[in-house]
Amino acid sequence: MLTVLFILIPLVAGLISFGLKGSGPKVLSIISALATLAVTVAAWCQFKTAPEALQFTASWIPQLGSSFSLGLDGMAVMLCLLTAISFPLIFITIFNKNYENANSFYGLMLLSQAGLMGVFTSYDALLFYVFWELALIPVYFLCSMWGGEKRIPVTFKFFVYTFAGSLLMLVGLIYIYTQTSDHSFSYSTFTSLALAPNEQAWLFWLFFIAFAIKMPVFPFHTWQPDTYEQSPTPVTMVLSGIMVKMGLFGVIRWVLPVLPLGADMWAEVAIVLSIIGIVYASCIAILQNDIKRMIAYSSIAHIGLMAAAIFVKNEQSLDGVMLQMFNHGINIIGLWMIVEVIESRLKVKTMSDLGGLASYAPKMSIFLVIISLANIALPLTNGFVGEFLMFSGLFQYNYWFMAIAGLGIILAAVYMLNMIQRVIFGEANPLTQTFTDLSTGEFVALSVVVLIIFVLGVHPQPMLDLVHNTTAALLK
Amino acid sequence: MNALITTALLGVVLMFTGLFVKNKQQIKYIAILGALLAFVANIVDLQTISGGGSKVLFGMLEVSHFSILFNAIAIGATLLYFILCGSAFEKVGEHVADYFALIFFILAGITMTGAFSNLLILFISIEILSIPQYILAGADKQNLKSNEASLKYFLMGSFSTGILLMGIALIYGATGTFNVTEMALGTGELNPMALIGITLLGFALSFKVSAAPFHFWTPDVYDGSPTVFTAFMATVVKAAGFIAFLRLFHVTFNGGNMSSHWQLVLAIITAATLIIGNFTAVFQISVKRMLAYSSIAQAGFMLFGVISLNQLAVQGIMLYAIAYSVGTIGIFAILLKMKDYTFDGFNGLAKKQPFVACVATIFLMSLAGIPLTAGFFAKYLVLSAAIQQGNLLWLVIIAVLCAAVSAYYYFRVIIAMYFKQGDANVENVTPGFKVALFVTAAIVIILGIFPGLLLQLI
Repeated sequence: MLTVLFILIPLVAGLISFGLKGSGPKVLSIISALATLAVTVAAWCQFKTAPEALQFTASWIPQLGSSFSLGLDGMAVMLCLLTAISFPLIFITIFNKNYENANSFYGLMLLSQAGLMGVFTSYDALLFYVFWELALIPVYFLCSMWGGEKRIPVTFKFFVYTFAGSLLMLVGLIYIYTQTSDHSFSYSTFTSLALAPNEQAWLFWLFFIAFAIKMPVFPFHTWQPDTYEQSPTPVTMVLSGIMVKMGLFGVIRWVLPVLPLGADMWAEVAIVLSIIGIVYASCIAILQNDIKRMIAYSSIAHIGLMAAAIFVKNEQSLDGVMLQMFNHGINIIGLWMIVEVIESRLKVKTMSDLGGLASYAPKMSIFLVIISLANIALPLTNGFVGEFLMFSGLFQYNYWFMAIAGLGIILAAVYMLNMIQRVIFGEANPLTQTFTDLSTGEFVALSVVVLIIFVLGVHPQPMLDLVHNTTAALLK
Repeated sequence: MNALITTALLGVVLMFTGLFVKNKQQIKYIAILGALLAFVANIVDLQTISGGGSKVLFGMLEVSHFSILFNAIAIGATLLYFILCGSAFEKVGEHVADYFALIFFILAGITMTGAFSNLLILFISIEILSIPQYILAGADKQNLKSNEASLKYFLMGSFSTGILLMGIALIYGATGTFNVTEMALGTGELNPMALIGITLLGFALSFKVSAAPFHFWTPDVYDGSPTVFTAFMATVVKAAGFIAFLRLFHVTFNGGNMSSHWQLVLAIITAATLIIGNFTAVFQISVKRMLAYSSIAQAGFMLFGVISLNQLAVQGIMLYAIAYSVGTIGIFAILLKMKDYTFDGFNGLAKKQPFVACVATIFLMSLAGIPLTAGFFAKYLVLSAAIQQGNLLWLVIIAVLCAAVSAYYYFRVIIAMYFKQGDANVENVTPGFKVALFVTAAIVIILGIFPGLLLQLI
């Protein structure tokens, strides 16, 4: 029953928010996000003792063999936790900001949260598809209404891209559905269906393209840097912190168990594409002057590693991916928070316009350094654990792949440290001299991020235990 | 049967109403009441059929669950249409009552498309629903474009009627009967005469539903006709064409391996319709013309229901008929109140009229097939019918890519309304109109969340 609340709380709060005025939506969304967090933590506790109590099934469209069935496994608990932690952080960071039409802004944000929670918890393929789209629509409106100058064509491209991908996935879902003996969309039916190898071979691509666009994997990534750059930063946080995880999640939840032969058959192709993405995106990230674009490319590189690790499909790599999904989400949201802090004060986000912030904003600078190091995956930070596991998994699969992917870490150090150098060190200019350090709200939000970075860097075991049953079930 | 009688009588009644009632507002209310009456009369018919269907008119009509449901959809959509667009009739010309009467006559034709069991009735129903349309297309007598539309439609329509008749004659020659269920077309090799007959019927009906390459009349006619009548022609009437198509090809031309003779041809027509409709719609600057091409594109999806021979296809085409008709009527109702029909004419509408813009967004999303709207499940059902059919997967892939293209032009309207600056406005939006829009949008959403409500009826 708790699982339904994951979706219901943000959904209802979001709908109410459309009707509110003044600071009502702001307050409501923080309350709702915190309530969702509380429910998620409660579900996490319950998951340890009685996971079956978190399943929920209600009749939806019996004629089509689809039911409203929600459930949680280790991976889903972790991603819901990521979603539940991210939204309050986002809302706190932007608390002082006043958006035009705030009621719609907060309403749409909450609706996207409801969609995301639905994606992670659905155990019915049709329901999964509906939530998959539902998470997209509010984000489309958010980017188009509150984004940057070029927002309209950019987000339109993003929308048409992902929509085309989703439709291909829909064809795949329907095809599998027609092959089931009891004409059902339920997860158990899908996973117990053993499709012929040649069917799996082409079905794989219908799903993979949809998920690869969302992640994004090279060469389906072209929408991403523009969209991240043009979106309002809170939306970028949702996009890069959580929404890209939908793609990775989709592969792990739906492709690996339903199309195991297809995944094996094309694993090498997918891994090669992902690794090309790592090197390519890292190189471009080095050249960026705009912080947002740099982080966007760095995200492509990190996601590339995760995508490669999924298809390697051994114990370490899968544990690593799931852990890293959470860590990457936290780290990148941390980075965006800093960008938001800088952008809201100075209205610039290009590195060449910045510099010397360390002396004017020491608190922010410390946070930026820590989060950047976590993004490079330095030991003792959360990023290290996940990346280490993924690399060791990749090494077992093919050490050449691992060696090339390993370049990604070195290049990450290059662009992240370069960014630190150009933003917080060096000469201050008249613009950056006016910079005021973090407000209390920002400080609290960033402290939470840094706390998670260190806790999970030193003691990742609880998270690993959480996701390990999903890995075990996949490899069985 | 009740539906046929009431609608035909109502047509006559409305004609005379024009003589006695001078207040145009009152005529509209009478028409709405009439549509309501026809709706109820149609539902009452459910009692006469027990189990299967009941044959009436010497076995030439078969009243069945299927036909009653479709009549309910068509009459219900017309009712919505009267409520939403009825007041725009006055703008077209003086003879408001006549326009309503013509629409009731069209409805009389429509009620036979789902029930015919004789090719002659098929022919008559198609003619009954076509001829009033030729008149409606030219209703704006002072407007040259309207005249052109009418003439074009009439000439092309007559031509296709000739082909239809020729097809019927050939099939009669091959089988010796007009009765669609008794027709023994055999399971072996098809008589060449029958084969040509089937092909001609397929072409003639493709013309009526504006499938490519028989679609050339559509954009001009839909664009030239008075907008308020385009809304009706492009929705309810088109859906009826599909029901006739579906019934003929599913019931009659579907024994043995007969479908192998026409399935591929129709599949190619479908692919052409989807591609031409969607890609041409992208380049339009007028929303009205975009909707004309979108109606061709949507016809491509509905054709899936015809070529897939299973129960899902029937469900799909029914849901499609509702989703498409309701969504398009809704958009047209809003368009009718706009001054400028171009995409730019919608710029900034969300600021002036947030409610209208929001409802329009729901309709457009439904047409694009976004989940939680009726349009999604309509597309879902026709596509899954085709996938279940097995050998049409290539067509399904084309269709979904086209659906992604369709998002482009539907969302252009949304972009104009929400994200662009402008001073678009809608004129005389009454509270009643808002309520009607709200109900229409609610239908779209409810069927999008619980399509089972409708599916259990089929």
